[in-house]
Amino acid sequence: MPAPKSERLLNLLIMLLVQRRPIAKERIRELLYPDSRPDAFEKMFERDKDELRSLGVPVEVAQIDPLFDDEVGYRIPPEAFALPEVELTPEEAQVVGIASRVWQHATMAQATTDAVRKLSAAGIDVDLDALEIARPLLTAEEPAFERCWIAVCERQAIEFDYQRPEAEPMRRHVQPWGVVRYAGRWYLVGYDADRGAERVFRLSRFLGEVRLVGHPGAYDVPPDTDVRQIARRMAPPTPTATAVLLVRAGAGHGFRRTASRITTGVEGPDDLSGWDRVEVLRATQGLADEVLSHGPDVVLLEPTAIRDQVVERLMQVAG
Amino acid sequence: MSRTPTAAPVGALGQVARLLTLVPFLHHRDGVRLEEAATLLGTTPNQVVQDLRVLFMCGLPGGLPDDLIDVDLDAIVSEEGSPVSEGVIRIENADYLARPLRLTATEASAVIVALRMLRDTRAAGASPELVDRVLAKLEAAAAIGGAPHVEVAPSPRDAEQVVVAQLRALVEEALAGSHQIRLSYFVPSRDEESERVVDPHGIVNHGIFSYLDAWCHRAGADRLFRLDRITKAEILPSRTTAPVRPPRDLDDGLFGDDTGPDSTLVTLRLAPQARWATDYYPMRDVRPADDGSAEVDLVVVDRRWLVRLLLRLAPYAEVLQPGEFTEALTARAQETLRLYQ
Repeated sequence: MPAPKSERLLNLLIMLLVQRRPIAKERIRELLYPDSRPDAFEKMFERDKDELRSLGVPVEVAQIDPLFDDEVGYRIPPEAFALPEVELTPEEAQVVGIASRVWQHATMAQATTDAVRKLSAAGIDVDLDALEIARPLLTAEEPAFERCWIAVCERQAIEFDYQRPEAEPMRRHVQPWGVVRYAGRWYLVGYDADRGAERVFRLSRFLGEVRLVGHPGAYDVPPDTDVRQIARRMAPPTPTATAVLLVRAGAGHGFRRTASRITTGVEGPDDLSGWDRVEVLRATQGLADEVLSHGPDVVLLEPTAIRDQVVERLMQVAG
Repeated sequence: MSRTPTAAPVGALGQVARLLTLVPFLHHRDGVRLEEAATLLGTTPNQVVQDLRVLFMCGLPGGLPDDLIDVDLDAIVSEEGSPVSEGVIRIENADYLARPLRLTATEASAVIVALRMLRDTRAAGASPELVDRVLAKLEAAAAIGGAPHVEVAPSPRDAEQVVVAQLRALVEEALAGSHQIRLSYFVPSRDEESERVVDPHGIVNHGIFSYLDAWCHRAGADRLFRLDRITKAEILPSRTTAPVRPPRDLDDGLFGDDTGPDSTLVTLRLAPQARWATDYYPMRDVRPADDGSAEVDLVVVDRRWLVRLLLRLAPYAEVLQPGEFTEALTARAQETLRLYQ
């Protein structure tokens, strides 16, 4: 009876890992695939190698004898196979435990958990009880995120349909350099093959599927690429300001929910109700809109420049 | 989502992956019980026994007894063949597997981004210096050719998005078990928060927002709840009672079937500065003009909502019909303006 596949894979891995010299294919066949016909062996061996590589096992092809280059063999270099020594203090190990809870995204959470498991297997005592107190901090709702992340990790070109506002969708061809999260959005930074230049794409504007094109490792990211800086240049930060508002008692929940300070029972602009003073950190863009939507329930005191905008806009519709 | 190439490997490959983690874990510790090993690997004690039975058949090429890995199966399997959770796992002759596999590019980048996020948000009370030390050690250990370039700058929107993602997961869980959900919902048009029990139908997307489509027991009708306005949600033990149906298809307009006796069809002209509203609010029809403006039709049930919207867009939205809303807007604007004078 042939051995189960997991047994065959593990035996192949051990054999290639412990031998100092590369092992010829024929020898591998004799030892691990003794009952298979030549063509079946070829197929099975190719697939087994690919599967080990998909786990991250570095199966290398090398010359068996440096003097003769006509025969190649296979090996797994131990230094490329194994996680290097990592020494963490108990305090540092606890931080690693908490990190495995940061992602609220199934694949990324799984990848982080797998990383933490490997660190545990390297002898680091990760305190799994610490996980109970941690809360997720980061997500990626954009469907294109996962493929873009993989493409960046694998350095594999992609194509996708991209829709800019007020424009027809266009097919784009990009060599991804990095993914960046900025101001609550994910961006892809890369070399746009159609434009012949560096570009930034907002992941929420991808339409449909992202297709991986060509082979992994097909290009190099320019060595001095600073993806955060590129993204910041192309997607300028949203300026924020502390807004000071007078809010009618029982109203303005949208401001109250995120307020940094609320002073109740202050003097207000009318006596129809009580008034509270609310301080809240807000993006300056859209602040006037939000204040206006509350009508006579909210009065903006600061910033004065935006207060002036509110008054100006009210005058235009007040007739 | 389609294919997930980085999902945990299953079958034979998953078994190999687990063993490549389990063997070094045992190597670094004494007296690891079957149950502990299962917890580490995120699987069952029974699966760990099956994995170890495979390991038992592996070893150095040659097939001599000394070449094979030895596993003390008697300590972890009862005479009846069931796993003994408290049993201690002992293996020998597996020193060449004493180190775990390197982190893959995806694993390394996922954990490094997570750590940077912890550092930059000061979450979980970890000092930036402490997290930086961990980052330096892991980045050195994970040094892989062409390390991926990933950067994350935290923003206030992250927390909101995490909440929405968690809500999605909660709704999926409630749906799977046909459970009711109790939620607190913020209604901006009434500027109030209310609590209600709903029978979920599912989550639907429209424009840039996601909605929970559900039967609302308080309203006695189907309602759409914007996920980012749900401030609290919990799954109740009680089962849903409303007839099961798939969530509405919102492609034909968000509140298309709400044109009842209480609703009014309103036509607005939106100047270019107000065009963004068509992405945010349910429009029945949008007729763009060449100058960048647009005429839009929308169905309005709650008049206060429309007046709030008009104030928000002022002075870039003009009511074409019915005229009563122009008067309401003007009166409201005058009232507000007096407070500033």
